[in-house]
Amino acid sequence: MKAEFTPPIGKISQITGKCISLIGNDIDTDRIIPARFLKCVNFDSLGKSVFEDDRKTLKGSHTFDLKENQNSSILIVNSNFGCGSSREHAPQALIRWGIRAIIGESFAEIFYSNCIAIGIPCFTLPKKLIQNIQKYNISKSLFLEIDLKNSSAKSKDLNFNLEIKESTKKMFLSGEWDATATLLENSSLVERKFKELPYIKFSDEI
Amino acid sequence: MSQDTLFDKVWDLHKVSSLPGGSDQIFIGLHLIHEVTSPQAFGALKDKNLKVKFPDRTVATVDHIVPTDNQSRPFKDNLAEQMIETLENNCLEHKIRFFNIGSGNQGIVHVVAPELGLTQPGMTIACGDSHTSTHGAFGSIAFGIGTSQVRDVLATQTIAMNKLKVRQIWCENQLSNGVYAKDLVLHIINKLGVKAGVGFAYEFAGPAINALSMEERMTICNMSIEGGARCGYINPDEKTFRYIKNKLYAPKNVHWEKALTWWKSLKSDEDSIYDDVIKIDASKIEPTVTWGITPGQSIGINQQIPLLDELSPNDKLVAEEAYEYMSFNPGQSIKDIPVEVCFIGSCTNGRISDLRIAAKVLKDKKVSKNVKAFVVPGSEKVANEAKQEGLDQIFKDSGFQWREPGCSMCLAMNSDKLIGNQVSASSSNRNFKGRQGSPSGRTLLMSPAMVAAAAINGKVSDVREFIS
Repeated sequence: MKAEFTPPIGKISQITGKCISLIGNDIDTDRIIPARFLKCVNFDSLGKSVFEDDRKTLKGSHTFDLKENQNSSILIVNSNFGCGSSREHAPQALIRWGIRAIIGESFAEIFYSNCIAIGIPCFTLPKKLIQNIQKYNISKSLFLEIDLKNSSAKSKDLNFNLEIKESTKKMFLSGEWDATATLLENSSLVERKFKELPYIKFSDEI
Repeated sequence: MSQDTLFDKVWDLHKVSSLPGGSDQIFIGLHLIHEVTSPQAFGALKDKNLKVKFPDRTVATVDHIVPTDNQSRPFKDNLAEQMIETLENNCLEHKIRFFNIGSGNQGIVHVVAPELGLTQPGMTIACGDSHTSTHGAFGSIAFGIGTSQVRDVLATQTIAMNKLKVRQIWCENQLSNGVYAKDLVLHIINKLGVKAGVGFAYEFAGPAINALSMEERMTICNMSIEGGARCGYINPDEKTFRYIKNKLYAPKNVHWEKALTWWKSLKSDEDSIYDDVIKIDASKIEPTVTWGITPGQSIGINQQIPLLDELSPNDKLVAEEAYEYMSFNPGQSIKDIPVEVCFIGSCTNGRISDLRIAAKVLKDKKVSKNVKAFVVPGSEKVANEAKQEGLDQIFKDSGFQWREPGCSMCLAMNSDKLIGNQVSASSSNRNFKGRQGSPSGRTLLMSPAMVAAAAINGKVSDVREFIS
């Protein structure tokens, strides 16, 4: 886990780093960050508690505890990663642990949009390919260079394409993944929409 | 691509602009907040020097962290106290309506908004909670968002989102006696899988859905997210309008007539186009119980935990993990598995009709001496109504503890937690590993009636044996 946390800002076009593989389908956000850690008014201290219960159960042999995986920044997962609760605390815990990109077979929807919102690109690959990468990564260290513009990844031995929605890719390349500024630009359109909506007129009190 | 469904109509109505990245900017008609996912959003507003754009369109309550035994302030748990104080201060500073404990209107956010008439057809509703899909029961388009999006809604009343596809889930025939909305939705999730809904809004329709009460419809839509669908909805009908009428924030007088005219126009056209349609026969469903670690791992009460060979290749990995975690054997009957804790409550099944059904099963019966059983009403309104009907006394007489409203052991952010590898029969929505507060705790999801039956027998039971 990195001692100092610097959030991503602006355009994201390249992510380089060591991979960490986590095997399992349907890994939910309760497992990524158990609910008791949601008792906080900021995200600052979440990094150390990522996968807390799974790690305790495995007594040091969880992939996030292995010595060779420390300082990894690219997480390799299987299917439906991040299902369940909408807690942004889950990707916030991952990013504070050091994760800057995730490659998986598939992602749960709210988790995926939370990752975009905080600057973690999520890529998909077919099941077999993910399994091969995980197998390779478990036997030896895998240092990947991800090029977002070309949706590709390469290492010393491997070279492969990654899948990412075109719209999501554009957001990272332009820096618009941090949506607030873009949404604020349309302030007058929002005002107009507010006045147009039928139900706004129905209610005197709200 | 879907056309002329309720989803398309409500989405188009709320679309503010097409964003350069390809997503849409969507106006949020009602924004609900609570203490867990909002403090960081308010913090971000402060950092960016932004104000809340439409404070009247955001409503707050406190639910996740509240204790259910003693709610006097300050809470015993300092962190919980800090969270409620932060919400109080943020609401005060930004002039946001807040239903605090003791207001008579506090409770689980997805119970409170409908019972106050805040939830209405044709709205977009967002909340930093995945079970926001509940509000789709009224023909609104409602979905959970993360904290960064809570920030965006506070600052702009809009979010950036890709339009979802629409899958209609047509439920034919009727549920049989002793089978409830919870059983239906667990069955649907089992048939379709926990990730089938990713990228979709689920439209629940058909005779079995039409026959459901509004509260039962909320149970169905609530669990859309457990099937991967961020949003689930039901076309509004007379039942919907009757439910809303005269609620605190329902349109009144001349506004009511106008609202009604508009609401009646809000439904999927008969010739609307769906991205996908699935048919379910509701009459074939039994009381349903989960046996594993995802809400998709469920079986009928008279079935056995599936063998590995009976599962599709994609389900095998999680099934193996579930056998091990639950310490259940493939081929084992779900019926008669001993339970140690029984929990009735949550945004899925903590409403007055849920309590009535459970109380009916429990009347003149006793909870097994091996079971700790407690009921947590979904809101102060539910609690008061239950007391007026004498339901609290029925629960207490049977051996259930009667608690104060909150989310409680659905996610165990307060002191209501499983201990060790206890097995709980729970009317909540998630059976994930560790969900109910113990890293080795085991959750069996079922209807409130089935939880009551399990409490009496001290083991998983068929509630149909208790009702005539």
